Amino acid sequence: MTPERESSSPLPVPSPLPAPPVASAADATPTAVGATQSPIRDFLSKRGSGSFADNSFAAVMLLCACSIFAIVLFIFVILVVHSRLSLIQFGWKFFTRQAWDPVSGDFGALPFIYGTLATSLLALCMAVPLALGVAIFLTELCPRVLRAPISFLTELLAAIPSVVYGLWAVFVLVPLMRDLIGPFLYKTLGWTGFFEGTNFGVGLLTASMILAIMILPIISSLTRDIMNAVPNSQREAVLALGATRWEMIRIGVLRNSRIGIVGAVMLGLGRALGETMAVTMVIGNHPDISKSLFAPGYTLASVIANEFSEATGDLYLSALIEIGLALFLVTIVVNAIARLMVWAVTRNAPARVN
Amino acid sequence: MSTQPLSNQPRPMDFESKSMRRNKAWRATTNYFVSGLCILATVLVILPLVAILFYLIYKGASSLNLAFFTHIPAPVGEAGGGMANSIVGSGIILFLASLMGIPIGIAAGVYLAEFGRGKTLATAVRFTADVLNGVPSIVMGISIYSLIVVQQKHFSALAGGVALAIMMVPTITRTTEEMLATVPHAIREAALGLGVPKWRTAISVSLRTASPGIITGCMLAFARVAGETAPLLFTAFGNQFWNFKLSEPIAALPLQIYVYAISPYDEWHRLAWAGSLVLIVLIMVSVTLVRIFANRGVLKGGS
Repeated sequence: MTPERESSSPLPVPSPLPAPPVASAADATPTAVGATQSPIRDFLSKRGSGSFADNSFAAVMLLCACSIFAIVLFIFVILVVHSRLSLIQFGWKFFTRQAWDPVSGDFGALPFIYGTLATSLLALCMAVPLALGVAIFLTELCPRVLRAPISFLTELLAAIPSVVYGLWAVFVLVPLMRDLIGPFLYKTLGWTGFFEGTNFGVGLLTASMILAIMILPIISSLTRDIMNAVPNSQREAVLALGATRWEMIRIGVLRNSRIGIVGAVMLGLGRALGETMAVTMVIGNHPDISKSLFAPGYTLASVIANEFSEATGDLYLSALIEIGLALFLVTIVVNAIARLMVWAVTRNAPARVN
Repeated sequence: MSTQPLSNQPRPMDFESKSMRRNKAWRATTNYFVSGLCILATVLVILPLVAILFYLIYKGASSLNLAFFTHIPAPVGEAGGGMANSIVGSGIILFLASLMGIPIGIAAGVYLAEFGRGKTLATAVRFTADVLNGVPSIVMGISIYSLIVVQQKHFSALAGGVALAIMMVPTITRTTEEMLATVPHAIREAALGLGVPKWRTAISVSLRTASPGIITGCMLAFARVAGETAPLLFTAFGNQFWNFKLSEPIAALPLQIYVYAISPYDEWHRLAWAGSLVLIVLIMVSVTLVRIFANRGVLKGGS
């Protein structure tokens, strides 16, 4: 390659000598020309094309990228292998049975599924309106000065570790629920049957509240991104037709970003389903299915956190791992759908500017 | 209605009927009402944050003293004691996690941004990373337990580090990719045009230009796993004493907070608050510092 480039090169070479009329064999060798021609060309002719280094670098990067697939695959395989005892013993019925009796080796996941769904959905009911409100406030109403500090504060909320939320919930939220909020709810909404029984302060409702606080920043920051992706011309067009600001938000912004907002809410749901520490600390940890929200419950994640290290017997352990497998699959599906929805909306949007 | 003579006087909006005018008032009221609700929502969201920070400082600061940073936990019933071993243990686990997670994450991000543009495989990796990001941390905990702890037959600092590293990878990959995407193509082309090989361009030009953003991303991932408790419950397990061996159970700050918070002793509750305060301060100081640092030096040649 090198000699060919040398001989047929039309590059003008700064040289006082006239170019030789015919490229001879002697001209093609770098040693003959190098002395008189540029050192850059000399250098270039001595080195390889570098394709080996390039290819191996790309291969290493590709390997690291594929390790992400490997991680997901490995988690799945490991969980299936270690839960096979319980998979064989209970089959699909595992997810519809209510029993949870480690002593006699009788396991079913229904109470945990109920607890997980109840707390997550209740948390969504509380968090979604608030998160939407914050997102609308930040993108449409907020004075420019306040925008950065409020975004920063809500992001701080996301940076607080789960265990600290749990600590706060145990010592502040639980007494508040027991002495103030609980009795109030019983007095005003007791007739619905959702607020009955003894109110210890720990239970499904408290767990939902702490979950709502924890998933708020995720939903609101994603919704804010999605609303920012709506082009300004849309807003201007709706305003020009004489709409009030709220109508502009409703028609021009919310209607355009509804798919993305649903996606953001589902991402919040994914977080809520798998949230462990804070929930474990305030849910009461009792495998019951009860209509009352004051009653203690148990979630998929919290039963693993609570009982895994003291699980005796292979079947017990494998039942817990099967619960982990269920949690893994459910969160993967929920997150995948949610991501696709968010992507559908923000794909062509310009990069976010905070 | 429409037969009025033309004049220079501004005409009343005579096409508005009475019901339309009432409707207009209603619309304006709705507008104010919803705006008010949004402001209320924002206040309600800020409120718990302020409450948490207030309680942390109020309960935590009074329990902080020198012993907290220099002593290991005291036996039940004895006053004093601290969390020195937990702080050091957390540091060791996080160091291990960063050592494994950061290079893999950055390399995967480089692949996505530099080599995988428009390829199906890259899209799949990106999607998987996003999905992996949402997998509950406790699932990582039991997977690593089944893989490492069951094989080695004991809990270890190493297992904790691996669990946290797996959690760091997807976050770092995505932020690295996003940061590399903001590097203008002209810069890469300039380097390639000078004859710099592609791998060298990726490392010395793209990565270097985007480095403030990538460092921020790494710190955010670090901060996120720094407070993780669930994956450490069955991997690092916790330890009441000093341990510097990677193959033995090790204490970690979030684990110790959890143990103290659910214990029945007031003395331990105090330590839990103090530990939380220390954890939060460490996380927030690092995140804020990195933010400021990154904002100052970010992308001079900007896009």
